[in-house]
Formats: sequence, C-alpha cells, structure tokens
Amino acid sequence: MAALERKVIPIGPFHPLQEEAEYFKLTVEGEKVVGLDIQLGYMHRGHEKICEGKTYDQIPFVVERICGICSTSHPFACVQAIEDAAGIEIPPRAAYIRTIVGELERIHSHLLWVGLAGHFLGYNTVWMWAWKYRESVLEISELITGNRNHYAMFKPGGVRRDIEGGMIPPLLQVLDDADKKILMLTKAVLDDPVLHKRLEGVGVLTPEMAVEYSVVGPTARASGLAIDVRKDDPHAAYDWIEWEEIVLHEGDVFAKAKVRLLECLESTKIIRQCVQKLKDLPEGEIDAHMERGPDGEGIGRYEAPRGEVFHYVKGDGSLYPSRYKIRAPSSMNIKSNEVAVLGGSVADAAITLAAVDPCYCCTERIAAFNTKGKLLYTWDDLVKLSQEKTARMGGGS
Amino acid sequence: MLKKLKKAALARSLWIYHVAASPCNNCDIEILDLLTPRFDVERFGLLLAASPRHADLLLVTGMVNKKVLDRVLRVYAQIPKPCVVAAVGSCAISGDLFVDSYNFAGPLDKHIPVDVYIGGCPPKPEAMILGVMRAIEKLKKLKDL
Ligand code: SF4
Repeated sequence: MAALERKVIPIGPFHPLQEEAEYFKLTVEGEKVVGLDIQLGYMHRGHEKICEGKTYDQIPFVVERICGICSTSHPFACVQAIEDAAGIEIPPRAAYIRTIVGELERIHSHLLWVGLAGHFLGYNTVWMWAWKYRESVLEISELITGNRNHYAMFKPGGVRRDIEGGMIPPLLQVLDDADKKILMLTKAVLDDPVLHKRLEGVGVLTPEMAVEYSVVGPTARASGLAIDVRKDDPHAAYDWIEWEEIVLHEGDVFAKAKVRLLECLESTKIIRQCVQKLKDLPEGEIDAHMERGPDGEGIGRYEAPRGEVFHYVKGDGSLYPSRYKIRAPSSMNIKSNEVAVLGGSVADAAITLAAVDPCYCCTERIAAFNTKGKLLYTWDDLVKLSQEKTARMGGGS
Repeated sequence: MLKKLKKAALARSLWIYHVAASPCNNCDIEILDLLTPRFDVERFGLLLAASPRHADLLLVTGMVNKKVLDRVLRVYAQIPKPCVVAAVGSCAISGDLFVDSYNFAGPLDKHIPVDVYIGGCPPKPEAMILGVMRAIEKLKKLKDL
C-alpha cells in the first residue's frame, strides 16, 4: 500500500471547540496524528509590565484578570510573593478564609472542565449537569465575596472581607448538596461504558514523559507523580487540616477526569474543616497591614486547579515593584500535548488537547510579528537564532 | 410580507458567534453559562453558531490585542450583514485595566461598529441576557432588513 499522504489540519484561532483563541496545526497521515504545532500569542496582554506600574495593593486586581477561571490562584500566589518579600505573617483567620475561597474555586473549575470534556465528546448531558451544579458554587462565592468570579478577596497581608456567621449555614448547605451531586456525577462518569471505551488508553502521558515535560497539577497526578504545592510547600491553612492528595497511575484522559472529580470531594472536605476552625476562632483581625513596599525579592506558589502557579516579585522599597514575573501551569501542560496526541486518531485529538485543562489566557507569551500580523519567527527559528548567537560568541557545538 | 416574515423569524432565532479577542476567559465562560440550565437562553431561540458565516449577532469579549485584531476584522467581514455587534465586558468596551498594555490595539468600537455595550467585569449573566434582548430590538428596527 502506498504511504498515506501527510496533510495539515489547521484548527483555530477561532474554533467552536474552545472559547479561547488558539491555533493548532495537526499533521495527519490518514486518521493518525503525526505532528502538532501550537501557536500561542492571541491572548497576550502584557500583565507583567502592567504590574510594574501598579502599587502593591492594586496588583492582586491585575493578576486576578489573568484568567477568569483561576481568578483566585493568581492573587493567592501574588500576595504570598509580596508577603514573602516584605516578611509579613498573615492572621490565622485570613489563612482560613483564603483556603476556603481557593477551594471553592477549585470545585467550580474542575466541574467546568468535566462539563467541557463531556461537550467535546458529544455528551452534552454531562456538560449541562456539571454546569448546573457549578452554578450553586458560584452563587455561594457571590455571597461570600461579592462576585461570581474575580473575587477581589485577597490583599497583601490578609483578606478584604470576613466570612461572617450568617454566611456559614448556606455555605455548608451548598457543600452538602455539592458532595451529593459530585458523587452522583463521579459515579455516572466512571460507570459509563461508553466513556470508558472513549477515554481509557487515550492520550496517555507516561510518568517519564510527565517528568520530561515538567507537567504539573492534575495532569501530573494522573500520571503517577505526587506533586501538589499544597502538600509540598504548605501555606495558608493547608497544613492545619486533614486532606489527601489524589494520585493515579494510568496517565490517560480517563485518569485525568477521575483525579479532578475526586479532588472536588477533597475540596469540600477541606472547606468544611476550615469553616469549623473559623467558627472556633474568636472574631478578630483579617489583615496584617503592610506599611511600606518591600525591599527585596519574594516568591509565591499556589496549587491552582491546573497546577502550580509561581509568582516572583522584586521591590526596591517604593510603592511599585521593579520586576514582576508570573509562571502559569498551562505553559508546561500544553507542551505535553505534543507527545500525548501523537499516534492517536484525529477524533481523539480534541479531548486529548483539552485533557490538560489548558488555559491559554494564563500562558500567553509574546511572539514577534511584523506590522501586517505575520509571524516573524517560529519557535524553531528562535532556537536557531539563539544557537547562532552562541556560535558567534565562540561557544556551543 | 416577506420582509415582515424575515424580521419575525430573525428576532426569534438569533444565531450568535462568539469571538474571544484576548479576554481573561471569564466573560467567555459566562457566555457559555448562558446556555446551561440555569439561564438557558436557548428558550429565546438563541444558538451558538460554529461559523461566523451563519451568525447574526457577534459577541466580542476581551481587550483586542494587536495579534488578534486582524482575525477579529476577518470574522466581522465574514458575517452576513446586517448583523449586530455586542461588546461584552469592560475590556472590549474600553480596555479596562489593560489600557496601559503595550499590546492593546484600542477599544473595539475603534475597529468595528458596535451596537450594544454590555458592561461589567464580567457582566452578570442577567446583564448579558438584557444586552442580547437590546440587540434583538435593534435588529428589528433596522430598515434594510
Ligand atoms: S471584562 Fe473582566 S471578566 Fe471580561 S474579559 Fe475583561 S477582565 Fe475578563
């Protein structure tokens, strides 16, 4: 049989699959995917530079708007970086409140992914279900923080709003309901023979490859790597309460879905304990005021729903930072798609690409363009340029 | 007669195309939220279209950046006219806190005509429904339909 012709399927930048603008180039031979090229940059907004023009109190608002789904993870890492640089301890009440808001976000983010995954597979029922249950989590977030997303809860030194006694019964009610519904959803997804067939053994990321591509978050934990910043580098209230890290070993899309669903249940467990501790604490400070801008460097890490977020801040004692650096989890996770989709069929490409729960808004890097919007350098060109420079300087091989 | 029918049909079956022009994703998620059981805008006959060539209403979210601008213009050119354009979220309306960004290409209405502005960061789903209803009214009033 003659070798099949290689064809390129362009996906995007606007495609009905995901709401974000991204451009994928799938190279296929017949049904088989043999190459993937990802072009980022459609969502680059220049957050790091904007942060350098804002005061420390304003920065959490800016980084919150990096991504609308993990809109607590970025401020979480951000305030920790600033506190690290300034050497501030936050009051315990603030630590519990931070943890509660962070975990509420994890539940809604994972439910969102489960729904979208169902949608990609043509299972719109799963989508509708998951998003219906997610709605009540958003509502309780609105009650606690004042907004459905973009909570604006965090500030360097503590939190902006207290969780008052009256908010606790509805919160517990929502957790109870969420638990029941997530369990039901988990059972429905895990027992479904079609989903088993469709997802098992698809888009496998082996532990070796997971290490090679430095993936983080549920993507790593589904491939047998036990990494979770909440456990490895505890902060806020995470080491004052009991919870488990979910690790599976299969590395396929099914495992990734399972990790996320089980993590939702862990999250409700964490929130319940935090609420209990919050009740036992006396009413008190929620904010250790930051008097001056920090002089020095600080880092902050937080386990976002998609993996580790890392923020770095460097201050010179003034009100503004002199350098701000952000690394989002998707920048590593997206790259791992290069191996996960290879060899699979085109029909599985969509769900495999989506399985790492990519968030392009967080990840965007800038690319060089000429004025007509044409790409000047591809990744390979950049590597070549870099190698040539080393050669010019007399190094390299 | 035919015109009347066309108008009535369009007002009850508006197809939407959604362009994410460098948003933070939140506006987009809220738009998708509209389709889910809680808000369920499909009861008004609204449907998310997969191609701009099938759409009557264009929803643009996000601060339009320099790279995506070209694509937004292209999508706008592909939509059959007359159509209505809605700028969703403060980003698309004014640039929000990204006005200082080096990659900001200006508010949306600098590039394409905008009919409806839906403010908020992100706008509440109820606000979006209101905005879409305004868009339908606007479409009904168009003379050359
Ligand atoms: S208006 Fe707000 S929620 Fe909407 S894209 Fe902009 S920053 Fe995100």
